[in-house]
Amino acid sequence: MSHHLHVALWGVLPYLSAVLLVAGSAWRYRYDRFGFTTRSSQLYEHRMLRVGGPLFHYGLLFVAAGHVAGLLVPESLTERLHVGEDLYHANALLVGGAAGLATAAGLAVLLYRRLRVPAVRAATSRSDRLLYPVLLTVLLAGLAATATTTAHDPYDYRLGVSVWFRSLFTLDPDVAAMQHAPLVYQAHALLGMALFALWPFSRLVHAFAAPVGYLFRPYVVYRSRGGRRAGAGRRGAVTGEGALRR
Amino acid sequence: MRVMAQVAMVMNLDKCIGCHTCSVTCKQTWTNRAGTEYVWFNNVETRPGQGYPRGHEDQDRWRGGWALRHGRLVPRAGGRARRLARIFANPDLPSLGDYYEPWTYDYENLTTAPLGEDVPTAAPRSLIDGRPAPVTWGPNWDDDLGGGPEHLAGDPVLARMNEQVRLEYEQAFMFYLPRICEHCLNPTCVAVCPSGALYKRVEDGIVLVDQDRCRGWRMCVSGCPYKKVYFNHRTGKAEKCTLCYPRIEAGQPTVCSETCVGRLRYLGVMLYDADLVGKAAAVQDERRLYEAQLGCFLDPDDPAVARAAEEAGVPHDWVTAARRSPVRDLIVRYRVALPLHPEYRTMPMVWYVPPLSPVVEALTATGHDGEDPAKLFAAIDSLRIPVGYLAGLFTAGDPAPVESALCRLAAMRSHLRRINLGEERDPRIAASVGLDEAGIEAMYRLLALAKYEERYVIPTGYTAEHAGHADGAAAGCSLEGPEGPGMLEAGGFHTPPPREAEPSGAALRGRINLLNWNGKGRPAGLFPRRPRDAEGSR
Repeated sequence: MSHHLHVALWGVLPYLSAVLLVAGSAWRYRYDRFGFTTRSSQLYEHRMLRVGGPLFHYGLLFVAAGHVAGLLVPESLTERLHVGEDLYHANALLVGGAAGLATAAGLAVLLYRRLRVPAVRAATSRSDRLLYPVLLTVLLAGLAATATTTAHDPYDYRLGVSVWFRSLFTLDPDVAAMQHAPLVYQAHALLGMALFALWPFSRLVHAFAAPVGYLFRPYVVYRSRGGRRAGAGRRGAVTGEGALRR
Repeated sequence: MRVMAQVAMVMNLDKCIGCHTCSVTCKQTWTNRAGTEYVWFNNVETRPGQGYPRGHEDQDRWRGGWALRHGRLVPRAGGRARRLARIFANPDLPSLGDYYEPWTYDYENLTTAPLGEDVPTAAPRSLIDGRPAPVTWGPNWDDDLGGGPEHLAGDPVLARMNEQVRLEYEQAFMFYLPRICEHCLNPTCVAVCPSGALYKRVEDGIVLVDQDRCRGWRMCVSGCPYKKVYFNHRTGKAEKCTLCYPRIEAGQPTVCSETCVGRLRYLGVMLYDADLVGKAAAVQDERRLYEAQLGCFLDPDDPAVARAAEEAGVPHDWVTAARRSPVRDLIVRYRVALPLHPEYRTMPMVWYVPPLSPVVEALTATGHDGEDPAKLFAAIDSLRIPVGYLAGLFTAGDPAPVESALCRLAAMRSHLRRINLGEERDPRIAASVGLDEAGIEAMYRLLALAKYEERYVIPTGYTAEHAGHADGAAAGCSLEGPEGPGMLEAGGFHTPPPREAEPSGAALRGRINLLNWNGKGRPAGLFPRRPRDAEGSR
């Protein structure tokens, strides 16, 4: 592959997908707040969803945490904490692999349900039809990458992919670091970028609606007609003239 | 004291004939859209019966409403952390089968079927996935006790009564229970919404879903013990009864009330002390919840309450409307209206006058005079069966308030019968239920004659600007926002009536009412303005 292609893939594309993710989300929030929803299909079918939904989502939370640890924490830091290379990778393989498998199993249940339950299938949108294959392949590529990171495999992604990923934030992408990564990592990264680009335009936006604020608010919410929160500037008491006119 | 106003409803079950007009007009107004095919903001259930969705009163199964945990009020399905942990699949959500699978008919087949031996039919098809759907359940499948004992076994209220009672009871009576959202003082649906999309309106207590904030987590659907929040499966948003707030704001009754042929619905303002609600809902003994809720209501005739209300920003004409409120009369003054399932601890605000008719009918059928007060009182007491059932619906099982309400209704019948037949009045009838003759006749007027103006005493939502406090944010209909449905142009339904159109106040405009003048000082408007000034100020 030519160097130019690698620059385009690992130096330009990440920023394009980031722009799409940020600008797209802002656009969607501005113009389609009504569309910010999980678009749940639990009403149609709940048995499979009650297994597949939590399996997929909880697995995904662990997978996301694993990505944060693997991509953002530099190898020098774990070494200073006396976490050896073998221990780290054994942990990544076991925990990451388990989380990835749980996510994949959950997704398999959800996909089966989406294809085989007529009501759920009928409620599948065009963006879903694009999203689900991407989601599935990015997950499988990630699993494959995890599975190949065994002791026999000399490739240490923490010295390659992670370095590239962190260099993106300094606006000085280390194209070479990604250029020499195995194909499965490159495929996973590319599909991941596709996923982030799709994010604002698909049902994935519901991830931005994670209701963290719920933990900190009082149970009952009061709101005023004018959209003002309770207690803020109620209309003044009607006196004198108003009383007269009755 | 924190005074808040609530638009509340009372339904007089004695007059409900189960015609479903309210349900149909409500559906035509609010839920005749794709995604809400199965949704009935208003539905009429035959009791005993399973209701809609099936067996929704069984909170051991659906886990709606509140529960007391170590004296603290927590949503029955769990607190905040527990809710969030189950956000990926709500374990308590009713499925479509618990409501019913909405269907249509394949009408096209009637005209396109090839010529043949058989008459073509319009086969039922699911509105969800379009496939042929055998019709096996509907929103009122067990209407008029249809289906008999097989379906009756699914009635959670009946299930709590013993078997022998049940069999006798089935011969005794049935009645209709129209249900809408209760617009509770302590709504669980609001409490369990992770997004904070559901809210209770400060001005009128109506509970609404902010469609732009709803993220479709569906917690409200399972949190509501009355199952009156629904999930629109097309838009992925929760929807619920709005108490027809665009109409209420314009001073008009809800669609279900307006179109009720039995004229059994009453709408009016209740003032309550918001500081007392939490404590009242956390009363240990379920049977005392009815009393506790009564204790939250404030008397608008009390000058201290009226002052506190105006200080809290309740407009003056809302206070005067609360004084004339038919709902308050039925709930507080006559005590004939009772809350639906107070044991859910949500402090519901749609109350019911329990039905007396079946008792009278049952008594007449035994050859007695069904309207003789002494026999009627005795019958109410001895007919433990319906009273027990009604108590299961309205007072968490305490028969005393139900009996007392039924006795008042019975006394009203007896008293008015004497008047109608030209017999001598007997003040002891009214006294025996703690009322006087004037009170019992006023109650008769409200319940039996039920004049439109007396049934619906609804102050408008545009009081403030009408009184000269122009407030852009609160003006007009809430649906007329920049991107709202708009409904009507200016000058339409929701525009405050022009000042000139007000006959009673017209003569006093800008003037002080001498009857209210305290005689001190010289307030503006004591003397009429000269015609020239008046012209200039226009």
